[in-house]
Amino acid sequence: MLLVVEHFWTWYRRNWRATAVSSVLQPLLFLLAFGVGFGSLVAGTGSAAAATGGVDYIVWLAPALLAVSTVQSAAFESTYPVLSGFKWQRTYFAMTAGPISPAQVALGHLLWVACKMAGAGAIYIGVIAVFGGVAGPGIVVSLLVAVLTGAAVAAMVTAFSATVENEGAAFNALFRFVVIPMTLFSGTFFPVDRLPGWVQPVALISPLWHGTELARSAALGAVSQPLAALGHLAYLSALLVLGVALATRLFARRLAQ
Amino acid sequence: MSGLAASVLFVADGLVQARGLRKRFGDFEAVRGVDVDVARGEVFGFLGPNGAGKSSTMRMIACVSPRSEGALQVLGMDPDVDGPRIRARIGVVPQLDNLDTELTVRQNLQIYGRYFGLSRAHVRAKATELLEFAQLTERADDPVEPLSGGMKRRLTIARALVNEPELLLLDEPTTGLDPQARHLLWERLYRLKREGVTQIITTHYMDEAEQLCDRLVVMDGGVIVAEGSPAELIERYSTREVLELRFDPALRPAPDALARLAERVEELPDRLLLYTADGEHTHAEVARAGFVPLSALVRRSSLEDVFLRLTGRTLVD
Repeated sequence: MLLVVEHFWTWYRRNWRATAVSSVLQPLLFLLAFGVGFGSLVAGTGSAAAATGGVDYIVWLAPALLAVSTVQSAAFESTYPVLSGFKWQRTYFAMTAGPISPAQVALGHLLWVACKMAGAGAIYIGVIAVFGGVAGPGIVVSLLVAVLTGAAVAAMVTAFSATVENEGAAFNALFRFVVIPMTLFSGTFFPVDRLPGWVQPVALISPLWHGTELARSAALGAVSQPLAALGHLAYLSALLVLGVALATRLFARRLAQ
Repeated sequence: MSGLAASVLFVADGLVQARGLRKRFGDFEAVRGVDVDVARGEVFGFLGPNGAGKSSTMRMIACVSPRSEGALQVLGMDPDVDGPRIRARIGVVPQLDNLDTELTVRQNLQIYGRYFGLSRAHVRAKATELLEFAQLTERADDPVEPLSGGMKRRLTIARALVNEPELLLLDEPTTGLDPQARHLLWERLYRLKREGVTQIITTHYMDEAEQLCDRLVVMDGGVIVAEGSPAELIERYSTREVLELRFDPALRPAPDALARLAERVEELPDRLLLYTADGEHTHAEVARAGFVPLSALVRRSSLEDVFLRLTGRTLVD
């Protein structure tokens, strides 16, 4: 499994510039647009203060942005690169021609994505700190939560990608109907309870909502409801376990027919 | 007596043994009961048209495709039980290249060696040696993407040798290559054979099978239709020579009209093939009988003729 990670690392050392730019630049744009731009608009308004519990909007937003960027890159890293391993470059077939098993390829891929998310997240925290969005050391816990959330999403998406046979048209639907709505309605930019009542249950199934709630309470040092925190943790862990089980099984099915 | 002794020895030293091997994909049965024995040191071929079941058989031997039925032993082990252990000791050249095109030639060899758990120092030394073997030393630090088809194929073969395999599986190693690249590749495979590497090759090229294989089986429709050395098969299923005649379509005689002049006549869309021991003699007889072909060619029988005889079809490229 670590040898599979070594493969991705070898690739990354050659190609890190392109991915580093996209994995830092995109969250930076989010931070500028919402944290700085939108944040200055809502600064001092009573409704914003009520929603954030009195802290600056950017401080309230920062851990959620961490979770959102992690989930987005998790989804991206687990779609086209996985399909390429099966279909275009077929590198997964090369890996499993030797002693490595299909399940180890799936786990190696997920471990690699998790490492990459952790690295990108750590850099992102530094950027947020420059803009004054870091309230305290609790943000480190937020990062761990973000990586867990990202890993859960990556596992599910990887399992899905292992079933895609066409040129990846299904990924457009995945991004349009799952990833983007999840980004918008998981309590990143405003609390979910500001949404109409009938939308709120949808947030409950969104891993990003669970991740955001956890990451935010860790960053603000305000775990007011330990039971809720445990619930979030349990949901994300269960999703991760399910995703890993599905991914390893589907990899085996596709690589060893 | 000696035949019996040889066969006992043969079984004892078999690298691959299959009995009644079958592979089903849903309702479709790709391999329908195949018996195969491959001895250490030999080059064994699976010959047949596309869809004959060659690649499916190969994938079962490579332990990446579980068999549906039958018995199979590779390196004395059962793929269902010891798949990873067998895969650690074989080399695989797949039908489609699966090189990492964004890495360099050298990195491809090194990282592949690492998959087998070999140390970094070992794969570094091994890569240098294999680059030499594949005549890619000058391209060692170039990315794979812009390499020619022949170079990529040589790299794939070099990569399959990184773990010093006892058994090398090559699935259509030269399909899509130009003649020059094919000859270079054959020369490398022949060198491996001299070094004692057992090879199993699938191909739908007759000349490739004749060049490389000590022994081969002809597959068609998921079953083995003949088995032997190229020379044996030609002797058994064909004549020494073939006279190929092309006629003006309007003046083309019925095959039956020529039947008495040759042992056997095959009719192809563009020509008639007359199977005979002496092509020139038959050519003269055809002329004496009053037939006037546009062109006539005498050649030695090849595996192509064996295949035509066995299946009634030519191989489709």
